This record gives sequence, C-alpha cells and structure tokens, in this order.
Amino acid sequence: MAELSSHAADERPLPGPVAYLLLVRMWSKSASQYRVSLMLTSFAQLLTTSLDLIAIVVIYSQVQTIADFTLPETLYLYGTTRLAFGLSDLFASGVENLATTIRLGNFDLVLIRPVSSLAQVLADQFTPKRFGKLLAPIITLGWAVNTLPVQWTVLKILVCIDTVVSGFFLYCALWVLTGCISFIAVDAQEVSNSFTYGSEFATEYPLQIFGRPLGLALTFVLPVAFVTWQPSLYVLGHADPFGLPGFLRFASPFAAAALSAIAALAWRACVRRYRSTGS
Amino acid sequence: MTTLLETAEPIILAEHLTKTFTSRKRTGRFHREREDFTAVDGIDLGIASGELVGYIGPNGAGKSTTIKMLTGILTPTSGTLRVAGYEPQRDRVRLARQIGVVFGQRTTLWWDLPLRDSFTLLQRLYKIPPDRFAANLARYTEALDLGPFLDRPVRQLSLGQRMRGDITAALLHDPAVVYLDEPTIGLDVVSKHAVREFLSDLNRRTGTTILLTTHDIADIERLCSRVVAIDHGRVTYDGSLDALRADRDLETVVRELYLGRSLVDTTE
Repeated sequence: MAELSSHAADERPLPGPVAYLLLVRMWSKSASQYRVSLMLTSFAQLLTTSLDLIAIVVIYSQVQTIADFTLPETLYLYGTTRLAFGLSDLFASGVENLATTIRLGNFDLVLIRPVSSLAQVLADQFTPKRFGKLLAPIITLGWAVNTLPVQWTVLKILVCIDTVVSGFFLYCALWVLTGCISFIAVDAQEVSNSFTYGSEFATEYPLQIFGRPLGLALTFVLPVAFVTWQPSLYVLGHADPFGLPGFLRFASPFAAAALSAIAALAWRACVRRYRSTGS
Repeated sequence: MTTLLETAEPIILAEHLTKTFTSRKRTGRFHREREDFTAVDGIDLGIASGELVGYIGPNGAGKSTTIKMLTGILTPTSGTLRVAGYEPQRDRVRLARQIGVVFGQRTTLWWDLPLRDSFTLLQRLYKIPPDRFAANLARYTEALDLGPFLDRPVRQLSLGQRMRGDITAALLHDPAVVYLDEPTIGLDVVSKHAVREFLSDLNRRTGTTILLTTHDIADIERLCSRVVAIDHGRVTYDGSLDALRADRDLETVVRELYLGRSLVDTTE
C-alpha cells in the first residue's frame, strides 16, 4: 500500500513536549471562548490561594516565632512550596480529569493518537486561569528573599532555585502517580486529592509542628519534605530539628529525579493494564 | 477467503485472539471473589488489504473489545495479532498513524472550537505534509459537504454534521486501515446515505481497508462484500455477503446469528 511506504519515511512520533504544547494551545483557545468566565475564575484563583497566606500573617501578628521560625522564614517556605506547586498545577493538573476521562471511556480516544498518552493527559483541559495561582507565591517569595537576614552566596541561590525546580518535578511526579490511582479505582479522585493537596499543605508550615513521627513519615514515605524543608534548612541556616544527616539538604534533585522515574514507570504500567470501559 | 490469505500478507491478522476481563465481586463483608469474563474467545480473523468488512454481532458480543485490541487500546490476554505490520499494543503509537478510528457514539473533535481547528491540530499530531493535508481536506470538504460548517464551533453542529467531521478527522492522515464503530448511529436518512456513499467510494478509490461495526442491516447490504459475525466472543459467520443472504433475506439471517445460531462449520 502506497500510504504505508510513504509513512515509513518518517515514522518517529511527534515528540511528547511538542504535542503537549500544541494541546495546551488548543485548550487555552477553548477556554478563551468563555472570556468573562475565564477572567472571573482567574480572579477567584488569586483570592483563594491568598487565604492561607493571610492566615500565616495573622498567626504571626500574635507570636514572634513558630517552632523557631520567623515570619520571613515561614513565608520563604510558603513561597517556594506554593511556587513549585503552582508551576506543577499549571503544567500537570490535567491529570485530575483522568478519572472522569476513564470513567466515560474517553481514554480510548487518547490511546488512538500517535502521540504520548501522558502528554495528552497532562494537557487535558489546560486553562490560563492557573497562572493566577502563581502571583501570590512570587510576591511572597520575593518579599521573603528580600527581608531574610541571609547572606546570599552562589550556592544558596542555586539551592533556592533548585528548591523550586525539584519541588516542581516532585509535584508533577505526584500528579502522575495520583493519576495512576485513577486507573486502579476510577472513583478514587478524592483519595488522590488528599495526596497532592494534602502534601502541599504539609510543607507550607515548618515541619516540626507535626511532631517527629509525622515529620519523618513525610520525609521518607512521601518525599514531600524535600520540596522545601531540607534545602530551606540550608538556605535559612537552621539545624534540622529532627537531627537528620546534613547531606539530605542537597538531596532534593535526586529525590525529585527518582520519584519522576518511578512515576514514569508507573504510568507505563498503568496504560498497559488499562482495561477500558464496557463497550 | 483462504485464497486471499494465502496469496498476500493480510493487513489484519488475528490468531486465537482472546481477551478475558477479571473483576472482583463482593461476596461477603470481606470476601471478594475473582470473576473472569471472556469477551473475545479465540477469534481467528484475516483481512486482506482493500477489503470492506462488516463486523456484526449483538450488544456485548465482543465487537468493541476486538476493535480495541486491533487499535492497541487493550492488551490481548492471549493469541497473536498484527495490524499493518505492527503488534498493536506494543507499537500503539506508531500504529496510530496507520489507522483511523471513528467511534459513532463519541467525538474526537474539539467541542468549543471551529471544526477546522480540530483538523489543523490533527495535521500537526499526525505529521501530515501540508500539501497532502490541503489536498485531503479539500477532497473531504467536497465529498462530505463540510464547507457550510467548517468554521463553526463543533458544539453547534448537528449530529450528522459532526459525524461527517469525525469521519474526516479519522481519514486526513491517509490511514491504511479504518475502523468505524456504528458510524451511522442516530443519523437521518440523507446523512446515512451520504456517509455510505462516501465510505464505499473511499474503499474503491484508495483501497483503504475498512472494518465496519454496525447494527444497521442497510449499512451491511450497501457496503460490505464480506461479513464477519461474532457472538459470545466467537466467530459465528465469516464469508461473503452474497452467501449469507443466498436463500433468505439478510435481516432474517442476521437475526438468527444474533440469537446464537452459528453458521461456522465446527465439525472439522
């Protein structure tokens, strides 16, 4: 067949990132069909993401420090976590729709496309309103970095950037892993949300307010603490209240890379085992 | 049929293709029992390039499951399968550019965007060369009369218009094999006719292999030279349309097939 041979000339599928960007553009275009709604929801996003920020500031109006952490220090933790999460939310929260996609049988349509299924799922229902979630963390982090009595060495700047980048990858890996849960239990959306949103909440506060057992669990069970806690201890010049070894302050990129690899493998396994709905 | 299979490598070849779903059923407060359901039970199927085959059977017979295995959506439990030289599940992404799929009950089009935008996205995703994309789009726009609604958002299209859009979307990349799952479902008489004429012409003109799932007897009668019927996951008829309706009208024979009669000689 003539078509077969002409296709064979360039068999390589469109690279995942390119497909992702194309789909993001389509979804943004779709979202902008409803311009007023888009503007209102962006504003709502901005407001709701600022609420816990206000809570932190209110608490600090009553006390000088929480577990040895000052307001700028806590806001540094808040800013890095929120920024990392906001970026992952921008990039990967399309995974949230996966349970619905699978339940309605529309995952079949994902699998008949000649591009990465993960790229399609990550881009699903992308909306520019998610940019609204980035504003508060950027301002907060900027203020904290300016106010902190920290001597900014090259290494500290690198660790600070790495905190956000590693955090971004780690959250993306968590998004993908929680998406994998959708394959196993289609109605598990609420379980998955408690993973992503729950862990984000956990790292916004100095970890020791949760006590040692939970703090250790958060460090090792879900390596969420790497997002901000360990590298921030280095940047802020704090000793680890749990007495963990010093090399962990710089382990974030490795933890993020490891979890991303696990997430990628889990995704492949899940797609392979996908059973599809009835007919 | 055997002569076809012997002379050329078939574009679709399934041998003892089987798909078993396992579900866990609650039998007590803590007990769960495994329950197996075999949707496709050892199907042998060879389709030569250029054939237009009707794939029929009652609801739940295993038609959709078969098609999902042929596209690589589902992994077969056992048996071997090759489509256009690929092993569908393993080479799913590469195979995707050789096949076109139309699910009559689902749309692949972008709901809020003009129909044309869905097509230009597909051009990029399938890496269709611009000149061929332009030529194909022009041809299908004329053949399926898409002109009047090409720039209208998909959500505003009628079912018939949307189906014509979906068929175009499945064909823009010149697939060697096209699966159509109930492409005429819910369409009015005029749209049905247009879709049938188009598919028949496509098959004749380009030699595109078409596998058509339908409950509409007229679809089969007008389009298919060969019919494969399945029931409970097994092939109950595989042969020409003419042989199927040799001594009775097609509707009666199909009804009997749906009610469980097998026309396959299993004594050998």
